[in-house]
Amino acid sequence: MLNDPYPAGERGANVLYTAFTERPKHLDPVQSYSEDEATFLYQIVEPPLQYHYLKRPYALEPATADGMPKLRRLDASGRELPATADPAKVAQTVIEVRIRPGILYQPHPAFATTSTGEPRYQGLSAAELREVRGLADFAETGTRELVAADYVYQIKRLAHPRLHSPIFELMAEYMPGLKQLQAALDAASRAQAARATEGTGEAGAAGDPPGWLDLDRFALPGVEVVDRHTWRITLKGAYPQFLYWLSMPFFSPVPREVDRFFAQPGMAERNLTLDWWPVGTGPYMLVENNPNARMVLARNPNYRSDTYPCEGEAGDAEAGLLADCGKAMPFIDKVVFSREREGIPYWNKFLQGYYDASGVSSDNFDQAVTLTSQGEVSLSEDMEAKGIRLLTSVSPSIFYLGFNMLDPLVGGGPSTAEKERARKLRQAISVALDMEEFVSIFLNGRGLPGMSPLPPGIFGAREGRAGMNTVVYEWQGSDEDGRPVRRGVDEARRLLAEAGWPNGRNAQTGEPLVINLDTTPGGLGDKARSDWLAKKFRDLGVQFVVRPTDFNRFQDKIRQGNAQLFFFGWNADYPDPENLLFLLHGPQGKVKFNGQNAANYENPEYDALFERMKAMPDGPARQLIIDRMVAILQQDAPWIFAFHPMSYSLQHGWVLNRKTGAMVRNTMKYQRIDLARREAARAEWNRPVLWPLGLVALLLAALVAPAVVHWRRRETATAAVGGAAGTAGPQAGGGR
Amino acid sequence: MLAYLLRRVLYAIPILIGVNLLTFVLFFVVNSPDDMARMHIGVKRATPEAIERWKVERGYDKPMFVNAEAAGSARFTDTIFFDKSLRMFALEFGRADDGRDIGQEIRDRMGPSLAIALPTFVLSLIVSISFALLLVFFRATYLDFWGVVLCVAMMSISSLFYIIGGQWLVSKLWALVPISGYAPGLDAARFLLLPVLISVVAGIGSSARWYRTIFLEEISKDYVRTARAKGLSELAVLFRHVLRNALIPILTGVVVVIPLLFMGSLLVESFFAIPGLGSYTIDAINAQDFAVVRAMVFIGSVLYIIGLILTDISYTLVDPRVRLE
Repeated sequence: MLNDPYPAGERGANVLYTAFTERPKHLDPVQSYSEDEATFLYQIVEPPLQYHYLKRPYALEPATADGMPKLRRLDASGRELPATADPAKVAQTVIEVRIRPGILYQPHPAFATTSTGEPRYQGLSAAELREVRGLADFAETGTRELVAADYVYQIKRLAHPRLHSPIFELMAEYMPGLKQLQAALDAASRAQAARATEGTGEAGAAGDPPGWLDLDRFALPGVEVVDRHTWRITLKGAYPQFLYWLSMPFFSPVPREVDRFFAQPGMAERNLTLDWWPVGTGPYMLVENNPNARMVLARNPNYRSDTYPCEGEAGDAEAGLLADCGKAMPFIDKVVFSREREGIPYWNKFLQGYYDASGVSSDNFDQAVTLTSQGEVSLSEDMEAKGIRLLTSVSPSIFYLGFNMLDPLVGGGPSTAEKERARKLRQAISVALDMEEFVSIFLNGRGLPGMSPLPPGIFGAREGRAGMNTVVYEWQGSDEDGRPVRRGVDEARRLLAEAGWPNGRNAQTGEPLVINLDTTPGGLGDKARSDWLAKKFRDLGVQFVVRPTDFNRFQDKIRQGNAQLFFFGWNADYPDPENLLFLLHGPQGKVKFNGQNAANYENPEYDALFERMKAMPDGPARQLIIDRMVAILQQDAPWIFAFHPMSYSLQHGWVLNRKTGAMVRNTMKYQRIDLARREAARAEWNRPVLWPLGLVALLLAALVAPAVVHWRRRETATAAVGGAAGTAGPQAGGGR
Repeated sequence: MLAYLLRRVLYAIPILIGVNLLTFVLFFVVNSPDDMARMHIGVKRATPEAIERWKVERGYDKPMFVNAEAAGSARFTDTIFFDKSLRMFALEFGRADDGRDIGQEIRDRMGPSLAIALPTFVLSLIVSISFALLLVFFRATYLDFWGVVLCVAMMSISSLFYIIGGQWLVSKLWALVPISGYAPGLDAARFLLLPVLISVVAGIGSSARWYRTIFLEEISKDYVRTARAKGLSELAVLFRHVLRNALIPILTGVVVVIPLLFMGSLLVESFFAIPGLGSYTIDAINAQDFAVVRAMVFIGSVLYIIGLILTDISYTLVDPRVRLE
């Protein structure tokens, strides 16, 4: 195979090949928050909990934890409350996490010790670092057992003033000690900097790297090590969703000696930082970090005993997803991520078998996927012939068109009548903007029109007639076999007239109704989509204006409440309705509180219900409250619930045990490759075609031959002949 | 000549300050330090406190050009512009927003960029000049006519077409070389073959036409007639005399780009996944990483100035009549 992009030595090796398009910005578990980074980081570090790979709805299970954490709810006087207690009475929640003994870290130079047990690579001089270019240049590595203190150390890092953890403010609401710790660290950091400027020495103990803050010297009230393998955290109030956070890298362990190792002078200059070389106990370790070209994960030789799950959801056994039940993981030795900036080479390399999996972009959608007349999705014949499989799933996300409720036109004025008219206007627009059509035209059907903020699969989201948005849809057919059908434009016009804008004109002044969409280039402002929206508004007689601005200005408008209608999205952090319904919670208002409620929606009843619902355990009582909250939103229509995006992913037939699920990100350890099948397919699909080389040579010869003949004729021409041809020949000179 | 060179180097300093100032102004017209912080921390849960802390840590909490609260020279030195610009002249580029050392990054990426740019440059020059000379040799014949037509056709086609078509034909259909990727050392050759070939082919049309025009200008001069009268073959006249005398306009366009070869090619590097410098600036603009944008613009300016000085020097080498005074 002449076009094989990988080294010949890797042929037949147990390696998974995939690609990445955006370089990861952070791999420090305290900072990393994006999907691009999660692809790498979740394979390397291990929080105490993880999502079950196969079960749906998503279920948490222990990862490094020795069983699910114990939760104790206490009232203001310290008395323990039952799990069903009213969340308002819960003053504190105590969570105790016990870690499985015997878990080892990946081999790393930070753990290497001398014969006397001292760290081998601490206090390194400039001379000792001179030849060091990467971690592989440290001759010795070591490991040690994972202990509870490593988790506590990482939780303290959330408050580190130089690390800018994105969840610090959120966590500080539940862990007030974090603010105190940050103040203390900030003061220490400033004092350290001042001493360094004055040249009066460093703040830390002798031998500590300059500028390094030893977090073990700072207390974090509410977080403590109970014993070698147990740690405890005390949260303010009731926050059951905290367990979901315990499945994210923010709460994965960071050993103090690793932090200290990377803090040494000369390390950062060599790009040797924890932000680029995360250290963990996970199934893989990062062995090559070149975000411009490729990132490589290799099997962690010290990985704990971990076996493939034996339970899943219905259909998993038939899909072969339980065939490896009980087998030791990980199955794959190495994962190679190659950087592909452009979609065309990425797609072609997937078709050649050089990438094991690929997404489906708009460019290759028609080649990969066929839509039936009923709207069903299937693979194209070409893809099926190659044994490629299509995996689809609904993402736990919502894209919406938000109305700025502070805008007098769409949010309503101070009087009840004005608010009511604005509500009718929002309802009319919600009906008129046909999201089924939008998804079909602009997303190739890769989205589910939204009925509420809750995507399917999240507790509280109802299916069928019970989940229908009655303002926008009506049910057609029986309860079992029927389907929601969008109300027609006549209904939208009726609502518009009730709002005081019959046929899109002010009932009193006759002024036309103008709706402004604030957007960013590449967003809804793009021509075709704007034209589509304009047409829908035109059907109502409403004028539609697109106000495109760059992303930063757009964010400013949202923050200052200067937008009218805007397009936004939210990707849930965890599969709980609280993480979606809070986007419309009054105290989250963007303008007043700089929260996540970009529509600045406020409804006292909704807010009160949210406060009750957020800490309740899943069950009929919670469902009832959610139903009421959703009904309020559907009536008030602060958002047009546009769609929940669907994820389409392709994989070759030789990739086994792959299951989609946006919440499960530590997926590499579960996957397996049928190597023989991959090698055979690659060989068959990439047979070199050599005859074109001969053809090119012939063509070149055909081009050169007349030139050579011509040249020889001229060079051997006599003066008389040359004179006759002089008007066209070189001897005539200067013919142009 | 030394005085001339010294003068040019001194001229370069205000030019570089001007370029730096312009980059600074243009960047901060569309990005505020708050935007940079938000981009760095992430939009999802960025709070005003976190943004403020980020700015203080990176020195973006200071005024842009004039610090009204400071006294004396600190009014101008205790500013973002001074703080971020001065060290550039000592080639200290600092760190990118993602924490990576910019100097190290540039050193790492320079090799792959040169690996593709250098052979492309040399081969393009050889092929285009030879082709142009042949067209001149066959001027006013059907070979010249169709050659020019071919050049016009080739220069009319977008380079994107050459890249996508080349990848599809050579890598996908014929499976002769990898579609994209890069490997260090000698193994790089199989990854570079196609991008270099495509870059050379894509550039022939416009360069050959330009060189042909230059050569046709030369060929009507008296020394050419004299050379022919001496009985030299036409090939000897073209390659030995015309080429040498046409070097001044060729060098004007060619030498200036030699230092810029370090900067790489955005399109080719992007499509062929070559980890060079070409895409570094674009990545930085997308990430609103001012440190990298500023460093890359500064280096580009320095290299361009070096290219212009080298061009001047090259004139003296090919034409003894030229004196740099």
